[in-house]
Amino acid sequence: MKHYDKLIFELSRPGRKGYQLPADSFGVDGIKSIPSDLLRQSDPELPEVSELDVVRHYTNLSSKNFGVDTGFYPLGSCTMKYNPKINEEIAALPEFSALHPLQDPETAQGALELYWNLQNALAQLAGFAEFTLNPFAGAHGELTGLMVMRSYHMARGDKKRTKVIVPDSAHGTNPASAMVSGLQVVEVKSRPNGSIDIEDLKPLLSDEIAGIMMTNPNTLGMFETEILEIAKLVHEAGGLLYYDGANFNPLLGKVRPGDMGFDIMHINLHKTFSTPHGGGGPGSGPVGVAAHLVDFLPNPHVKKDENGKFYVDFGKDALGSVSAFFGNFGVMMKAYAYILSLGKEGIRNVGPMATLNANYIKESLKDDYLLPIAGACKHEFVFDGLKDKSTGVTTLNVAKRLLDYGFHAPTIYFPLLFHESMMIEPTETESLETLDEFIDVMHKVAKEARETPDVVKDAPLSTIVRKLDETTAAKNPILNYKALKNA
Amino acid sequence: MSCSSRYIPHTEDDIKVMLERIGAKSIDDLYADIPSEVIFKGEYDIPSAMSEIELRNHLKSLGEKNSQLTVFAGGGAYDHYSPSVISHLLARSEFYTAYTPYQPEISQGTLQYIFEYQSMICELTGMDASNASMYDGATATAEAMMMMVAAAKKKNRVLMSDTVSPRVAEVVKTYAKFHGVDLCVVEGKGGVSDLDSIYSQLEAGDVAGVIVASPNRYGIVEDFSGLSDRVHAAKALLTMYSDPSALAVLRTPAEWGADIACGDGQSLGMPLLFGGPYLGFMACSKALLRKMPGRVVGATKDADGKRAFVLTLQAREQHIRREKATSNICSNQSLMALYVTVYVALMGKNGLKEVNRLSCDGAHYLYDSLLATGRFSDPFGKPFLKEFTLKTDIDVKALNRRLSDKGFMGGLDLGDGLVEFAVTEKRTREEIDQFVKVIMEA
Repeated sequence: MKHYDKLIFELSRPGRKGYQLPADSFGVDGIKSIPSDLLRQSDPELPEVSELDVVRHYTNLSSKNFGVDTGFYPLGSCTMKYNPKINEEIAALPEFSALHPLQDPETAQGALELYWNLQNALAQLAGFAEFTLNPFAGAHGELTGLMVMRSYHMARGDKKRTKVIVPDSAHGTNPASAMVSGLQVVEVKSRPNGSIDIEDLKPLLSDEIAGIMMTNPNTLGMFETEILEIAKLVHEAGGLLYYDGANFNPLLGKVRPGDMGFDIMHINLHKTFSTPHGGGGPGSGPVGVAAHLVDFLPNPHVKKDENGKFYVDFGKDALGSVSAFFGNFGVMMKAYAYILSLGKEGIRNVGPMATLNANYIKESLKDDYLLPIAGACKHEFVFDGLKDKSTGVTTLNVAKRLLDYGFHAPTIYFPLLFHESMMIEPTETESLETLDEFIDVMHKVAKEARETPDVVKDAPLSTIVRKLDETTAAKNPILNYKALKNA
Repeated sequence: MSCSSRYIPHTEDDIKVMLERIGAKSIDDLYADIPSEVIFKGEYDIPSAMSEIELRNHLKSLGEKNSQLTVFAGGGAYDHYSPSVISHLLARSEFYTAYTPYQPEISQGTLQYIFEYQSMICELTGMDASNASMYDGATATAEAMMMMVAAAKKKNRVLMSDTVSPRVAEVVKTYAKFHGVDLCVVEGKGGVSDLDSIYSQLEAGDVAGVIVASPNRYGIVEDFSGLSDRVHAAKALLTMYSDPSALAVLRTPAEWGADIACGDGQSLGMPLLFGGPYLGFMACSKALLRKMPGRVVGATKDADGKRAFVLTLQAREQHIRREKATSNICSNQSLMALYVTVYVALMGKNGLKEVNRLSCDGAHYLYDSLLATGRFSDPFGKPFLKEFTLKTDIDVKALNRRLSDKGFMGGLDLGDGLVEFAVTEKRTREEIDQFVKVIMEA
């Protein structure tokens, strides 16, 4: 079909409608009892469209999107694995979707059991005593985890611990979450391979340090081989270790963060546990803690009594609440279905196959792309752009050219340790054939960069829209339809 | 080693070919850098793999342990009607399997619906700018609190009326405690905010912002006449928590003079789903735009002059500013923003008004019926829309147990004999009559 570029507001015709509600049989006029100055003074300008208008409009919009079902995402740190279909069906079961979150727990035993089973499965897989599933996303999990960390120190009367160590290679959410939780960030420099230099770390450890946030494998996909020594040092200094679960996928089935000395971690269910990214959420960011921190987990807290009944607890030592109810329950249902589909044996292959896929791409492309760190990576690795720097073709150009070939771009210009970072993570759900296609295209782009660099620099050429004017968008923001009409 | 799972495609041959290319002898070689004592050698205490048939049966048996109730409670989650079209459109995998739209050339679908969502939130709240969504209404309010403090620079005190929903207030208090905000809860009077008390606390000149809600924790539609002038005169900001569905008929945060509007999008037809996913919304005045947390989509043009949409004002965000960002939020509730967009597109302004009229009339019908029994009284006598609080001499816990045995979720037990009921357009007159009948069997 031809290019579709209407906004829903532009389809509006006065008097058209897309809904049908029952007739009012109550014989009262409730709104009349509200004083008129408490009522809306002027009508909102909302679209008046038919049901078919709505269906066609959003179906057409969907065709302008790329998703995991469309094609391969080599997107580092994002773990864009396949989102199983049965999980969607399960999350829509009416026995759960009609449940009110404030329903008497006696009448919601199935939902509470699911919540409890999932937190228990995560505790098994990650090696922690207990999880809360309340946090809504990864960054929200980080914040919750740091609140646990601070609660622990506060409960001990250890008020001086107001700083947290964060490596310079960390995800941007780490320092931002620290700021929101009231902790001051102390940056520790990475070695060239992204790992923490113990000699740099030692002088930072003091009685003002609440803990350290670590990503392991780090954002270069390299395992912190000295983790046990780091854990020992931090614990000796009275601090706690926080594990950023954004990179948990390569360890799933192989290594448990709790066994590495971490005290607190979050998991991104929308990464490691296959729930869809939804174009930017809803995610889910469960937080797991070691036994000595369980009481600090946020309210409400789902618990099981000795008779096997589930109940909702509001603990007095809890850090408080980070959600009005139980978090993104629908997302939890999908992650639960995923774990049960793989089972305790199948789940052991997740990390290893993700790692195999990443190393296969890395070794296949290092002739054309600059690999700054040799050796086995885990689920992801970073190229520092094209090997041949004489062409003037940048990482951004390569990323945009990939769109022309039907692939999503890798994560680019992160981590900040290299100028031309290109971070690639294939996940375990991609087949050898898909990886080979991607490798072929990456070689082809490298060849184009040498032979016809302008083609790569002008990319994308075949997408629905081309390069966008982002500068004007930020300088004169047009953020809604009304502003667009008046522009 | 082959990995016979429907989600992992590797055959034994594949693994062999790949290991050869890598130059490794086994998969374990790829983990050789990890200290052997942390390699997990035990067995996970989770079930073995289930087929789809077994999985469906398992979830069905869990589902049977939940009671399907006819809901007469709200408290921040309302049993509104969800048109069939929404679930069909949200099931398009081009939407739900997409990543955050950082590559705008292949994400125009997501970017455009977020732009439409922002437009709708601006229309409903009357505010100048909306972000692309927050997690829920409670965290959106906590973010609004931090935004007011950040905007005020040197002031750190925030006043919050205790008529804000307790579940929202708990989250705001938690964020305040850790973020170091001096949050002061102002006791209400007669079921509404005590504006005089707020005014007297503003006089000290150390207040960065004020948080109020309408409809409030009792369902009461509050009167904020004069509030924004007094708040602004004290060089403070005003955040108003509201129900976006109700904003089709109630005076908007912008009409009350608020600087920030926030709340929970659940009332826009989202399934109850035991508390989520819902969506937090946040909108603000133009002056505060660059202080707002979260993603924002703007309109622009592409290299050929075609209209297109893109994430903008990213210099506020964590992936650029790290610890200097306005918030740590990264993932939000994007797919639920599509939910809101499709819902509002279908309902339009007339549909939303009709939803409110039906809910409000049903609520008043129940209110009248309960008062007529002689066992309930109205302790506040203030205007309400779809939710209201009554006082009763009946044992509320026992009553609610009896109601759930008969298939109803009764009103929320607020303690001291106060019960809060909610009615949506889904409740019929017959259901309400039956509900009142069961109550009167006490």
